[in-house]
Amino acid sequence: MALLQIAEPGLSAAPHQHRLAVGIDLGTTNSLVATVQSAMSVVLHDEEGRGLLPSVVRYLPDGETQVGCTAQAMQSADPHNTIVSVKRFMGRGVKDIPDAERMPYQFVDAPGMVQLKTVAGVKSPVEVSAEILRVLRERAEGVLGGELVGAVITVPAYFDDAQRQATKDAARLAGLNVLRLLNEPTAAAVAYGLDNAAEGVYAVFDLGGGTFDISILKLSKGVFEVLATNGDSALGGDDFDQRVFCWILEQAKLPPLGPHDSRTLLTKAREAKEWLTEHPEANITALLDCGMAVDLTLSSVAFAEITQHLVNKTLQPTRKALRDAGLGPEEVKGVVMVGGSTRMPNIQKAVGDYFGQEPLNNLDPDKVVALGAAIQANVLAGNRGEDDWLLLDVIPLSLGIETMGGLVEKIIPRNSTIPVARAQEFTTYKDGQTAMSMHVVQGERELVAECRSLAKFELRGIPPMVAGAARVRVTFQVDADGLLSVTAREKSTGVETTVAVKPSYGLSDEEITRMLTDSREHAKDDMAARMLRENQVEARRLLDAVQAALDEDGGLLDDPERAAIGRLMDALRAVTETGDSPTIKQALETLNRGTESFAARRMDRSVQKALSGHKLSELEVGEN
Amino acid sequence: MTPDFHKNYFELFGQPPAFRVDMTLLDGKYRDIQSQVHPDRFAHADEAQKRLSMQWATFANEAYQTLKQPLSRARYLLSLNGVDTAEESNTSMPAAFLMQQMEWREGIMEARAADDIAALEHLATKLRAERRGLEEKLAALLDQAHDYPAAAEAVRMLKFIKKLGEEINLAIEALEN
Repeated sequence: MALLQIAEPGLSAAPHQHRLAVGIDLGTTNSLVATVQSAMSVVLHDEEGRGLLPSVVRYLPDGETQVGCTAQAMQSADPHNTIVSVKRFMGRGVKDIPDAERMPYQFVDAPGMVQLKTVAGVKSPVEVSAEILRVLRERAEGVLGGELVGAVITVPAYFDDAQRQATKDAARLAGLNVLRLLNEPTAAAVAYGLDNAAEGVYAVFDLGGGTFDISILKLSKGVFEVLATNGDSALGGDDFDQRVFCWILEQAKLPPLGPHDSRTLLTKAREAKEWLTEHPEANITALLDCGMAVDLTLSSVAFAEITQHLVNKTLQPTRKALRDAGLGPEEVKGVVMVGGSTRMPNIQKAVGDYFGQEPLNNLDPDKVVALGAAIQANVLAGNRGEDDWLLLDVIPLSLGIETMGGLVEKIIPRNSTIPVARAQEFTTYKDGQTAMSMHVVQGERELVAECRSLAKFELRGIPPMVAGAARVRVTFQVDADGLLSVTAREKSTGVETTVAVKPSYGLSDEEITRMLTDSREHAKDDMAARMLRENQVEARRLLDAVQAALDEDGGLLDDPERAAIGRLMDALRAVTETGDSPTIKQALETLNRGTESFAARRMDRSVQKALSGHKLSELEVGEN
Repeated sequence: MTPDFHKNYFELFGQPPAFRVDMTLLDGKYRDIQSQVHPDRFAHADEAQKRLSMQWATFANEAYQTLKQPLSRARYLLSLNGVDTAEESNTSMPAAFLMQQMEWREGIMEARAADDIAALEHLATKLRAERRGLEEKLAALLDQAHDYPAAAEAVRMLKFIKKLGEEINLAIEALEN
């Protein structure tokens, strides 16, 4: 018989307490935060009632930062220090950024990821993004009146490992507990599918400010299964603006412009593009610092012409995704349009023509991703019961390793359902070779040089053997966030060396600490106090989780086992309120270890339940 | 503490070990298991649970993908019966099959040279029919005749055909760009 459990006063696990969780769409142009309130997903507004936060960060000489509209208003006046579309720099090197020379920023080429020189010092795109996320976190905590349990952050489905890792690091830096990185089209599909009780194959066409994704999903009985995804993580509304900008330069025969004039005209270009969504022509007028005036008219026909190649660039990945899914356009039941850039009539027409049907525009393309992310955050935080939906997502790009001759050996193919792991054996090519260097890459090309380099590491201590005798087993594991970890092991002689690699651009704990110390907001904080607070939050989270597990499956333990876990919980509870960081951390780890066997039993039982729960009659039919 | 992953994939999904599988049942079982073990179910749980959940979900994905695709399913079934398909080392094929392969390749090259996407798509359709025929043959060899050496050869052929399909796709992609 299970013992009745009584919670300690003030520390009640309160199993049905609503945990505050949000979904965040960290967009190229705008960002949003949403949450589920009274079973409805809603976008949270700032004090002025605005939902969209322009993804613009301005650094001031005194170390202050401005984020959102105030920063956006200054982008022409202070172009060097006002960072727009920072998402395009996430996980990217200088050479990956097209038009870098035309941007008003002073780029600093740093290993792994580009950095930006501002009046407040050199900033990594991770830090800039963290400023945006921090504002959204504070907005959410203000509106909801409490600390967040966690957040789902959306990323373009076509983001590679470097871009995903950078996003997760930014969230960490902003003080957010990341429940999951969720692909934007999948988030949109959740919002759309649950709203419309959709069943069948759907395409989500997501053209944002700086990224393009196409995902093909099968929706059935509460399962959202991504069949294939494709895209271009450097294609979006910004490129259309850039095209109009170049058109203005040509038409008005302008000389090379300074950063201020460039920013002014880019803004004019964007306004003209937006105007053309509902009007046949747009007037573009501007008075420039250089003394020249611009007075042009752009017709929607001319706009369609000058941007035709960009529209075509969205159709190529679309065809690829369908081919990978093994489907034709006619097999798609509906095409959900996501992202502000899908408002462009020429995009609507091209998509409609390709799929032979009117695209679905019944959800606000700016908000649908955040709303879907909030719905998923609510589930991940544990606010819902058993019979929920299931998201089965994929990795967008193949993962591989460099072999002789600069060639790539693919280990995990693109569109594999995550989480996924694959192992491959490699051997030495020289007699007596004792080390091996591993180079992990991501991409579809056969040559290493044409793929993205994720990590390089060396495996040492291989016993000297003749060439080809060593057996090095390299295991790639991609988790549910789409993030990779690699381990390598030499096993021919029983001598095992295990290396765990974190891709080179990922931030170490030390770097995160440095960035936190650097940032003005936290310079005021006592770092030790912050660390203590984080450990306390983590401790409460763990106690909550273990208590919930005991409530549900305490019967899997015998009395001494239950008592042992109870003692570990008591120990953690005691130090959480009174102890210092290292003591709490140690008690945390002890409890984590102490529950491993319980966790394994619970998991086994869940699997058994899944198997036996199904009607036996179905099994018998299967055997006939 | 790691879960028992020694269970074979057929057992995991409650299926008899055969080439012919009930896809509806397989899909259903896979979803049942994932809905229990998927990391999304443990996003707020402790580290031990999270780790186990990732291992289990990874295992279920691997098992499902293996059984879902005819080629990997056949290969797996043969390995359960102690037969190595030797796809890398054994390259001997019946002469007629090799001749046919050459014809396919010429077809792809000609269509590509002629910039003819429709012809490539036609080839892809024909190849699909070819593949289905081979899968039927595999089913008979594995489930009725239990002729594993012959089945291993059919697996090698199927792999050839799969590669051809990939080449056709690449050719179509190249022409589209």
